[in-house]
Amino acid sequence: MLIGAPEIGYALTVVALGLALWGGAAAVTAARGGRPALLASAERAAVGVWALITGCMLVLVHAFLTFDFSIRYVATNTNRGTPFYYRITALWGALEGSIILWAWLLGIYTLIVVIRYRRRQPELYPWVLTVMLAILAFFLLVMTVPAPPFERLSPVPADGRGLNPLLEDSGMITHPVALYLGFTGFTVPFAFAMAALALGRTGEEWITITRRWTIIAWYFLSLGLLIGGWWSYHVLGWGGYWAWDPVENAAFMPWLTGTAFLHSVMIQERRRMLKLWNLTLIILTFGLTLFGTFLTRSGIIGSVHAFTQGSIGAFFLTFLALVLLTSFSLLAWRMDRLKGQGELDSIVSRESVFLLNNVFLVAASFAVFFGTIFPLLYEAVWQEKVSVGGPYFNTINIPLFLGLIFLMGVGPLIAWRRASMESLRRNFLKPVLAGVVAAALLRVIGVGNALVLLAAALVVFVAGTMVLDFWRAARARRRTGDGWRAATFGLLLRQNRRYGGFVVHLGILVVALGVAGSQAWSLQTEATLAKGETVELGGYRVRFDGLEGSEESNHAKVTGTFSVTHGARPVDVLQPAKKFYPQEQTPIAYVDYRLGFLEDVYLVLGDFARDGSHATVKVQVNRMVSWLWLGGLVLTLGTVLAVLPDRRRPA
Amino acid sequence: MKRRAKFLAGGAVILAALVYLVYAGVSQSVVYFVTPAELLAAPAAGKTYRLGGMVQPGSLVWQPRTLDLRFTLSDGKATVPVRHKGTPPDLFAEGRGAVVEGAWSGEGYFKATTILAKHSEEYKAPHDPSQTGYKELLKTLRGDQASQPR
Repeated sequence: MLIGAPEIGYALTVVALGLALWGGAAAVTAARGGRPALLASAERAAVGVWALITGCMLVLVHAFLTFDFSIRYVATNTNRGTPFYYRITALWGALEGSIILWAWLLGIYTLIVVIRYRRRQPELYPWVLTVMLAILAFFLLVMTVPAPPFERLSPVPADGRGLNPLLEDSGMITHPVALYLGFTGFTVPFAFAMAALALGRTGEEWITITRRWTIIAWYFLSLGLLIGGWWSYHVLGWGGYWAWDPVENAAFMPWLTGTAFLHSVMIQERRRMLKLWNLTLIILTFGLTLFGTFLTRSGIIGSVHAFTQGSIGAFFLTFLALVLLTSFSLLAWRMDRLKGQGELDSIVSRESVFLLNNVFLVAASFAVFFGTIFPLLYEAVWQEKVSVGGPYFNTINIPLFLGLIFLMGVGPLIAWRRASMESLRRNFLKPVLAGVVAAALLRVIGVGNALVLLAAALVVFVAGTMVLDFWRAARARRRTGDGWRAATFGLLLRQNRRYGGFVVHLGILVVALGVAGSQAWSLQTEATLAKGETVELGGYRVRFDGLEGSEESNHAKVTGTFSVTHGARPVDVLQPAKKFYPQEQTPIAYVDYRLGFLEDVYLVLGDFARDGSHATVKVQVNRMVSWLWLGGLVLTLGTVLAVLPDRRRPA
Repeated sequence: MKRRAKFLAGGAVILAALVYLVYAGVSQSVVYFVTPAELLAAPAAGKTYRLGGMVQPGSLVWQPRTLDLRFTLSDGKATVPVRHKGTPPDLFAEGRGAVVEGAWSGEGYFKATTILAKHSEEYKAPHDPSQTGYKELLKTLRGDQASQPR
């Protein structure tokens, strides 16, 4: 038989799987018996696995670039018209390739763990390596058996089917990478947690080591969610960014538990409490990343994003069961060492606020989980199909999130152990007043939506606490002789962990305002216009100027031209289109919109007359949606600040 | 130990409240999936349903000027006239499957608020509209409960 790219790729996968299994076995033997030669072998195996996965990616990228349709995956996800860079990102355009991306990123994290901790953490490290290699082996097994990316297609077709047109977008270049960096990132704290349990070193050591890892994983997961929302907003053409779709929920659940983990570890660091809880949270978070993949890739729940289905559901479910069984068994085995040393002294304390934050986040995660799988449960019991829509998720999550924002203001300022009435007044009276005044002002200028008023009051309150805290600290530094600028920057850099957290919170506030504003104030209308006719919405006037057909490399396109004016002022000329891909039975809408700080003008071309005389257009004025993307930038700044090396001198 | 008991009790109360909220929330916003035959068997006006079937060839009337969209959904056993305001989504066409969300008007038609369309790459409308074809179609449609409005 002929040896081609499919065989080379498959061989690389199988060797990588064997190497990962060997490395895992060697690492666990070394961890138990301490034979350094085996550990060195496991390290070389880890490097080899990563190199082999890189090889797989290169083979696949090469096949995409050279239109090697002897690989089924290439033939399904590209054709001769697919533009160059989408031929590279088509690599993760469907299930099989995204598993490679996942394994590759996990391989990189494993290498970083090897480089960083082989000397620094000689005891924990062999166990960490064992866990990482075992998880890598699972993904390589998926690449070998249920979802092989290198399956040969015979006879070789003259042209491929083409990439799903919805994925030909810059959002799809970045979204999966960010999301998977987040998903795989949580593997590292999980592996350290397991290592800590295996050794019985259940103190705060593993938490201190993985603090930055957790922040980085959390950041990429957040970024992945935001980019996903942005993709949905400008590609799907329904004007929203979040629909409580199962795939969105699948990524949101580990975000919620991961956020809880990020906060609760601080209590363990500071007060040596919540050991059991923290371990449970990281197990749940890691488990939810697997569960999400199972949910969305097994085809048990239909979803707009469920681009692929396959037999891999059983693999993921089995592995998930194995992971949960092993980790909770370890937990039970070490139960005697998991008693907290600290005690909760008072309900009015930082510990208790953090605890409440955790309760809210886990509750939200549970509610999302239940709503997502409810149709499955219902069908299993009653043999009837039902669906649970947005209203359910909104009813449960809005109060929880408003509560979380409130806690975001209280948590960083309230005292540990027990807060006195006097300190509460000193820290919170002014911010509370600011929040109330802000809501009152908004009410006066005509904002009637109660939810928006509440959200605005809370956001101003939280921002107020931050300003107050920072101003006090800066003033204290100024007394020691620094100028304002030196005081401010010195503070940011010296207490980068605290103020990085503040900036991240600020980013969340900006996102929250965007969500509240866009839900409350966005407008929408639809109209069929003859050439020269206009439709008005929210002060904008949209005039239909004509239709034009064109031929692109892999699709035909009908573009409408619409001039948008506001009063007498011309705003923009927007050109929404409909794209006709030969491999699709129906056209795909191409949205055109004008991004604005306060409002976007967003046009979707609907039906049109063949002679170009009429076109139906959906016009939306989406308010404050760009605050979501702005919030993402602030999040990025805050994360960078938070993971900078600690400059504080040891006290 | 007393403090511990207090916290456990508090936790239990929070948990119970959460379970209740989730349960009540779900049972309030659950939407049943019905076929035209099932809907006509017991038409309850005003109750939200998801109705799935095939858009009967020749039944589609679209008036761009008024944005009135009318068509008939069929499951091979019964047909239900559907009315909607707005452009049909991209994946909507005669002879293809569609799921609409809305309510029975009580005046002989189903008033759709949303038309959900199927994104699947695998799905093809059955060429032979026999019972087996409809069964296949409904299976695909029912597997698409959570699909997003477009």
